[in-house]
Amino acid sequence: MSAIIEFKDVHFKYPEDELESLCGITLAIEEGSFVAVLGHNGSGKSTLAKHMNAILTPTSGQVLVNGLDTADENRLLDVRRTVGMVFQNPDNQIVANVVEDDVAFAPENLGIPSGQIRDRVDRALQIVGMYELRQHAPHLLSGGQKQRVAIAGVIAMEPKVIVLDEPTAMLDPQGRAEVISTVTRLCREKGMTVVLITHHMEECIGADRLLVMSNGSLVDDGTPAQVFSRVEEMEAEGLAVPETVRLAYDLNRRGFSLPIDTLDVSACADNILKEIR
Amino acid sequence: MLKDITLGQYFPGDSLIHKLDPRTKLIAVVLYIVALFQAKGWIGYGAVTLATLILMAISHISFGNIFKGLKPMLFIIVLTALLNIFYTTGTPVVEGWIITWEGIDRAVKMILRIVLLITGTFLLTYTTSPMALTDGLELLLNPLKKLHVPVHEMTIMMSMALRFIPTLIEETDKIMSAQKARGADFETGSLIQRAKALLPILVPLFVSAFRRADELAVAMESRCYHGGEGRTRMKQLHLAGRDYAALVVSALFLAGIIVLRHFGL
Amino acid sequence: MAEIIVEGLSHTYSAGTPFQKTAIENINLRIPQGQFVGLLGHTGSGKSTFVQHLNALLQPTSGRVLLDGEDINKDKKTRRDVKWKVGLVFQYPEYQLFEETVYADIGFGPKNMGLGKEEIDERVREAASFVGVEPELFEKSPLELSGGQKRRIAIAGVIAMRPGVLILDEPTAGLDPAGCRQIMDNICRYQRETGATVLIVSHNMDDAARLCERLIVFDHGGVVMDGTPEEVFSRPQELIQIGLAVPQSTAIAMALQEKGLALKGAVYTHEQLLMAVEAAKGAALC
Repeated sequence: MSAIIEFKDVHFKYPEDELESLCGITLAIEEGSFVAVLGHNGSGKSTLAKHMNAILTPTSGQVLVNGLDTADENRLLDVRRTVGMVFQNPDNQIVANVVEDDVAFAPENLGIPSGQIRDRVDRALQIVGMYELRQHAPHLLSGGQKQRVAIAGVIAMEPKVIVLDEPTAMLDPQGRAEVISTVTRLCREKGMTVVLITHHMEECIGADRLLVMSNGSLVDDGTPAQVFSRVEEMEAEGLAVPETVRLAYDLNRRGFSLPIDTLDVSACADNILKEIR
Repeated sequence: MLKDITLGQYFPGDSLIHKLDPRTKLIAVVLYIVALFQAKGWIGYGAVTLATLILMAISHISFGNIFKGLKPMLFIIVLTALLNIFYTTGTPVVEGWIITWEGIDRAVKMILRIVLLITGTFLLTYTTSPMALTDGLELLLNPLKKLHVPVHEMTIMMSMALRFIPTLIEETDKIMSAQKARGADFETGSLIQRAKALLPILVPLFVSAFRRADELAVAMESRCYHGGEGRTRMKQLHLAGRDYAALVVSALFLAGIIVLRHFGL
Repeated sequence: MAEIIVEGLSHTYSAGTPFQKTAIENINLRIPQGQFVGLLGHTGSGKSTFVQHLNALLQPTSGRVLLDGEDINKDKKTRRDVKWKVGLVFQYPEYQLFEETVYADIGFGPKNMGLGKEEIDERVREAASFVGVEPELFEKSPLELSGGQKRRIAIAGVIAMRPGVLILDEPTAGLDPAGCRQIMDNICRYQRETGATVLIVSHNMDDAARLCERLIVFDHGGVVMDGTPEEVFSRPQELIQIGLAVPQSTAIAMALQEKGLALKGAVYTHEQLLMAVEAAKGAALC
């Protein structure tokens, strides 16, 4: 597999800040993978996301999207149609008064012929399960539904990558579950590359790869099981680990010998039963 | 509650009126308004009223919906009626009264005029989605682009404004509740005190509107928005036979009203 | 002091119109002084409507709310006075900040109460210290601060009224784990030191299990469960049925029990789960 997004020693500093928000990030994201980025507020994870579709460009270093340099203004549209972006507040990214008109916004901007837009919009709405509500006014939808409309609006652009910048921060548990299952399906069934920025560790469990950010640097990188089993390091970062890991870790300190990298609740229970019997 | 206000609300449907091209409806509304102001006598007013009732029936918009929209205007309607009743000279209804037959005549006509004006525009916004409306407006104003009028920018701003009205109303409601919970009082005090009491609502509302605008701009750019150039539309507007028919009927209607006016009817 | 009694409380939005919607129906509760209560339920279950009745922001369609035996909707004055006795912090309260300085914003509530300058000063300082806002920040504009700081200043703005009852609607929504912990610690400290009643609307089951002494579960506008965390979490199936999550520890305990391992007592915190598993191992060895 090849890298669809590549960061080469990327530094970034907001003009009004003294410290860098990104301090030398080097990173390659494989096409078709589901990558989660975890970090506390101010760790730089949002800044990282905004570099992936040229909302921000590096102070030094280079970001390549599908081989295109994001700093090249002539290729801006190509970068943005390759990497779609979903933001935190669902209200502030919906532009139209009717669901389907909103989903059509990006293809319209790209100058796609009318008939094809209709197909793309219908398909995108079916993928996120909002086809039935296509005639509704967005402000009457629940948070989870609005966020799914936003995702459909990105899918209609037919990007290779979808980057979600804390898409669940303002949602209730049900809305969160809707969004996470939608993006997981996008990756697993449609082969889309997914980059999920979050501070909810439980949302990272289903990812292929988990990156941890702190103070503008990548401090950990591996499968969720590998990363979460480094319990002390995670806690030093002020991040929580799943209860399955925490339990195994604490039980092992009390004389158990459980595998620590189990994230599935049922498998965790099996491990404990094996140990006890 | 603020939420109950209907402003430019759209009721989806598939009546003949719903199906008309927004450009047709925009032009027809203009013709309708001109006709309304051309109506002079009772026959003229009657014709416009009848036309309005027929349009309401075709578009399945109920009196209830229209009335809800008229409610906020009630004060203005009553005021104009009263002014006309009391300040028109002529034959008194009863000897010695200030109220004259001419006054009543004018008051009723004024009420009719305002109510029909509002009803006509409501028929447009109730049957046309804001998106279609701004699209239609953009196409109608297209010739102005040659004069370097930023037609696309104006219409997209309009549709954004329409999109965010419900969101901002909801937000105003929330902020008001939050400040009331801190003991803010919006109901008592002198006019100046009450105006001052609005500050705790307006400041957060503006701050939030700016934040929203900022985020919206980034989101639009992320979805490849780069102005009106090279944009296509999912719902392409094209004038069908019914549109030409509707335009011809509207034009004939206006002509008829003007003829009636000529005869003082 | 500060005992809340709710009798037959119902609220219908837009009553008499086609949009009529009953948000809560016939709620009866007694919340004694000093209790730390968690209100659970999914969005639309009626819990937000319920809390807005406790400080008379919404008036009941039927039923009444008593604070220390007095109907809070008795007249205009009691309706206003109850705002200081029952402090309500809305969701995302940072969006209500409007004054030019942090100090003035925290002091907005006390000023509305008609207190003197010195009294306001004392309360602002006290409230700020409860939420860990340093006096150095007082002269700054609240709009310049970080999200977490804004949230704490907004909470201080309600605490400054010294309410005997403090209600918070999802006080940690949108914050990262460190920010959540800080806010919850602040609230616990306020409750401990002032003896106030605290009601928290929360979606976070782990927080609710860890901090609250009583949990009230809403569903379809009514109260469906009311008890200690032990009582509520000993019926995890019912919680799942109405669309709520259970604490992670409870989920693991349920999986263990399903697979045939008997655990003692209700499990809803990490420590309880640890002890239960250890005890089970000990029992198996004997």
